[in-house]
Amino acid sequence: MKGFRYLKEVSTLQLDQAACVGCGRCLEVCPHQVFSLAEKKASIRDRDACMECGACALNCPVRAITVDAGVGCATGLINEWLQERKLRAPGGNCCS
Amino acid sequence: MSYMVPPGLYAIGTPAADDPVLVTANYKMSYDIIRQSLTGRNVWLLVLETYGINVWCAAGKGTFGTGELVRRIESSRLAEVISHRRLLLPILGAPGVSAHEVSRRSGFSVSYATIRAADLPEYLDNGKVTTPAMRELTFTFYERLVLIPVELVQALKPVALIGGVLLMLVALLGDTASGVAAFCAFFGAVLAGIVLGPLLLPWLPGPSFALKGAAIGLFWFGFFYLLAGGDSWSRPVTLAIFLAIPAVSAFFTLNFTGCSTYTSRSGVKKEMRIALPVMGGVLLICAVLLLAQRLL
Ligand code: SF4
Ligand code: SF4
Repeated sequence: MKGFRYLKEVSTLQLDQAACVGCGRCLEVCPHQVFSLAEKKASIRDRDACMECGACALNCPVRAITVDAGVGCATGLINEWLQERKLRAPGGNCCS
Repeated sequence: MSYMVPPGLYAIGTPAADDPVLVTANYKMSYDIIRQSLTGRNVWLLVLETYGINVWCAAGKGTFGTGELVRRIESSRLAEVISHRRLLLPILGAPGVSAHEVSRRSGFSVSYATIRAADLPEYLDNGKVTTPAMRELTFTFYERLVLIPVELVQALKPVALIGGVLLMLVALLGDTASGVAAFCAFFGAVLAGIVLGPLLLPWLPGPSFALKGAAIGLFWFGFFYLLAGGDSWSRPVTLAIFLAIPAVSAFFTLNFTGCSTYTSRSGVKKEMRIALPVMGGVLLICAVLLLAQRLL
């Protein structure tokens, strides 16, 4: 995104090019122009721009994309860690 | 004031059976913006139940999602009202909606139109083709500003609690004036982290939100030092405040990653793994400094 870059080399985005059928859906849904498409195959053009929203993975018809999408704020993650350790009841999220 | 619009099918202008169908959340503001930007046109608007939450956040939670969309198509009898089978969705709704699932379950095809409602007229005039600019996300000063009130409200309870405890502790250990001063320092650090951090985001140093927050915290420390007559503080007290304020601001700016639209969950995790122990350590050092000052 213009004027904004987050940490490098952290995104969990993975693309299985062999499975890709070149439908272009991932390019359509990604708000950060992470993918490019050439000769009926998608490729990851800019992984560091990925915000792990999960839109591409959810909309890929052949499940060629995986990404660890989910809550992305400090309190949300703390709640999640507490829940994993069974210290807190489920609930609580970012951006109400 | 209500932030919700009842879900269902709405008409903007006098749409016919072959006019486009837009899908949105029942967040009042999204709904109003769409209505405004499309006045003078004839389109259908299918409003999903997202409990008054905007498209982006609702998609993340899954309420703006495949299931709700399919249910709403059925309950609004959309198939009987319109003749085509194409739905136009906001791009930021895509994290909750699986286009191929929707078409498998409802027979409607999904196109992701634009990110901003303001681009919809151009999109429709453009023969329903999304230009690169329409799918490029922005995070302008104003876009950040409107997110801040909710953040403030959410922080209110824990902040009041911690602030109150702090006030009492310091007042008990020292005197009431110091207690009030400590509360002000803390409250200012929270405000700096929640309000100034996000507003000044692009101008604060580094990609890390925790560092950005710490930077704005330092700024508040300088201000507070001048305001509260810092030259009369003892060294340990000055050091403790100098350390504690940036730590508090850093936490709240880091929390803003939940609202930002370019930070990744893995990135925030990485920041937290470093930042939380550092913040904890800093607060511990502060406590030791203040106690030592008191007891020695
Ligand atoms: S959505 Fe999946 S199949 Fe379609 S281009 Fe992207 S990776 Fe390939
Ligand atoms: S997870 Fe979101 S930001 Fe990342 S590549 Fe997929 S659509 Fe783009």
